Amino acid sequence: MNPRKALLILVPYLWLLALFLVPFLIVLKISLSDVALSIPPYTPTLDLSAGWAGFRDFLSELDFENYVFLSEDSLYWKSYLSSLKIALISTFLTLLVGYPVAYGMANAPDEWRPTLMMLVILPFWTSFLIRVYAWMGILSNEGFLNQFLLWTGLISEPLTILNTNTAVYIGIVYTYLPFMILPIYATLEKLDASLLEAAEDLGCTRAGAFWLVTLPLSRPGMIAGCFLVFIPALGEFVIPSLLGGSDTLMIGKVLWEEFFSNRDWPVASAVAVVLLAILIVPIILFQRQQQRQQEAEQ
Amino acid sequence: MSDPAPTSRPDVFAPWNDPNQRPLIQFQNVTKRFGDFTAIDDLTVDIYAREFFALLGPSGCGKTTLMRMLAGFETPTEGYILLDGQDIGPVPPNKRAVNMMFQSYALFPHLTVAENIAFGLKRDNLPKDQIAARVDEMLRLVQLQKFAARKPHQISGGQRQRVALARSLAKAPKLLLLDEPLGALDKKLRTDTQFELMEIQEKTGTTFVIVTHDQEEAMTVASRVAVMDHGKMIQVDTPDRIYETPKSVYVADFIGDVNLVEGVATSHQKDGKVQIHWAEGKEPIIGTPMQPIADGTRCTFAIRPEKVHISKEHPEGKTNIMQGKIIDIAYLGNLSTYHVQIPTGEIFKAQSANTRRIERRKFTWEDNVWLWWSETAGVVLTE
Ligand SMILES: Nc1ncnc2c1ncn2[C@@H]1O[C@H](COP(=O)(O)OP(=O)(O)OP(=O)(O)O)[C@@H](O)[C@H]1O
Ligand SMILES: [Mg+2]
Repeated sequence: MNPRKALLILVPYLWLLALFLVPFLIVLKISLSDVALSIPPYTPTLDLSAGWAGFRDFLSELDFENYVFLSEDSLYWKSYLSSLKIALISTFLTLLVGYPVAYGMANAPDEWRPTLMMLVILPFWTSFLIRVYAWMGILSNEGFLNQFLLWTGLISEPLTILNTNTAVYIGIVYTYLPFMILPIYATLEKLDASLLEAAEDLGCTRAGAFWLVTLPLSRPGMIAGCFLVFIPALGEFVIPSLLGGSDTLMIGKVLWEEFFSNRDWPVASAVAVVLLAILIVPIILFQRQQQRQQEAEQ
Repeated sequence: MSDPAPTSRPDVFAPWNDPNQRPLIQFQNVTKRFGDFTAIDDLTVDIYAREFFALLGPSGCGKTTLMRMLAGFETPTEGYILLDGQDIGPVPPNKRAVNMMFQSYALFPHLTVAENIAFGLKRDNLPKDQIAARVDEMLRLVQLQKFAARKPHQISGGQRQRVALARSLAKAPKLLLLDEPLGALDKKLRTDTQFELMEIQEKTGTTFVIVTHDQEEAMTVASRVAVMDHGKMIQVDTPDRIYETPKSVYVADFIGDVNLVEGVATSHQKDGKVQIHWAEGKEPIIGTPMQPIADGTRCTFAIRPEKVHISKEHPEGKTNIMQGKIIDIAYLGNLSTYHVQIPTGEIFKAQSANTRRIERRKFTWEDNVWLWWSETAGVVLTE
């Protein structure tokens, strides 16, 4: 390998090393430590001045206690399961909402598309926190939604939505919708209209052509969208804390409480490492899928 | 043209000459506009059952648009299209007994070759074994058995074209629309497939409308050829008539190779022949017009290169004799085309068969030669 090429490859590797591997190793190390009333709030810390012997002492003090603790306290695995469930359901809901929107965009007249695209991206221009707060205003008992429903006479008592899992689903679907719409739109837009004509020519109805041609051909977009929603939704923290109730169990929230309420950094780090381990699976699947699709397109 | 136009079959198939025959397809004053662009311009034509109808014309003249109207993807802006005497305007594409092979193939990328071919059959809810048998038959027809399990992106362009052809043939429709079905095939495979198509046509009685850029193909397969230009059909006729008796300069020039000479006609003797005065101080060309034309009419004399004889010696007792020098020779294998410049500067093309090996040829560059043709060899065109 010539030096130029080596340098080119080195840059992304250094990048990954600095921004991913090093922080991960620090978190991993903390997860193997014990809580301590000190700054930083864990022990041992690596003292490089003690030399090789100091390093050996340091290693011998690390253990898997925190992981054992995680497996013993049902709160944690219940939170993981509940997060998985919430992430899966909300990914599915986002797909249900996002697909028709993407389909509509892809079939809109050419001159409308940039505007529609703008509208999808527009929410990113305001702070995520403000948008979630806005949902609190909409969903609360005296909120706009209840006021509107009471006004139309559809309900006589205000619905309790805020601080329930429903509010969390709404929040996640709303927040991550663009991540679902954009990849689906990208595949639908590329779709050759003559394929649908060919399907109709061979005896399909419009709906049949959609089912047999459009849907399978937009699968890569759907899969990409689902991963892009599922992965961040699994570790989501802000939405369950602001919109969810006391019974909304999500691992992101647990993590936050361990860190900031309990100040138990080692357990919090262990929670984070396990979360990462869970996420690695879909991330690898996602990578594979992307690679396969690229190969297919060549 | 390197092949002569085929002679018509023994039992002459010419329903267009029989007033009792009802056409399968009727275009009645069909106009199609895209915005203010007119793609099909007030077109009226009848196509009969069992015909092999070829559309020939320059790029953008409206061939695909015509097909798409038949398949149901475009509706005429004005006029009607009748299939079996019924207006098909309101019939959706999936309800028409018409299948189309797309110019872009439009193969389903997520399905294998076999699944692509089976697609239309499955829509008819045929039993599984019947579908499999038919798919097999089609694969064999286009010689793609080995590729049945491949996806479209895993086969070559010509193979894709054959899949598209097989897919459109699979349902054995009443009317088959082929938009440049054989363009990507090599000459041998193309000829084979042409004969296959003709055979299918004989066997199934399917009516074919075919778009082609290859005149030879149109000549080989078609019962009739329509030469199109700017959304109009300039001439609709049998291949031999299109070739031998084009009605206009456009058709003569578009089909095959031709020598064109402009001039003014005066009548010659009493046998209906005319003299065409085409250059100051030149012997007029004697030709035979199809209809009598008035003295002084501007006209164009058109003659195919293979009807121009070429010889080294002055031909005795012949008409339409010219002398010139060979400035170019196009060697086509079985034929050679000689470009002969006469003293006034015009270039005539003469074609002759290469019956001898190259080193024994009679003519070469810079040779002085004589050209001549008979009084009935060319056509006199006034359009
Ligand atoms: N959907 C459309 N909108 C606007 N113009 C169109 C549309 N479809 C076709 N045209 C125009 O109509 C004319 C005829 O197109 P068509 O596709 O029928 O040509 P063609 O004879 O099939 O040409 P080719 O031999 O290149 O395939 C072209 O000038 C084309 O630009
Ligand atoms: Mg075309």
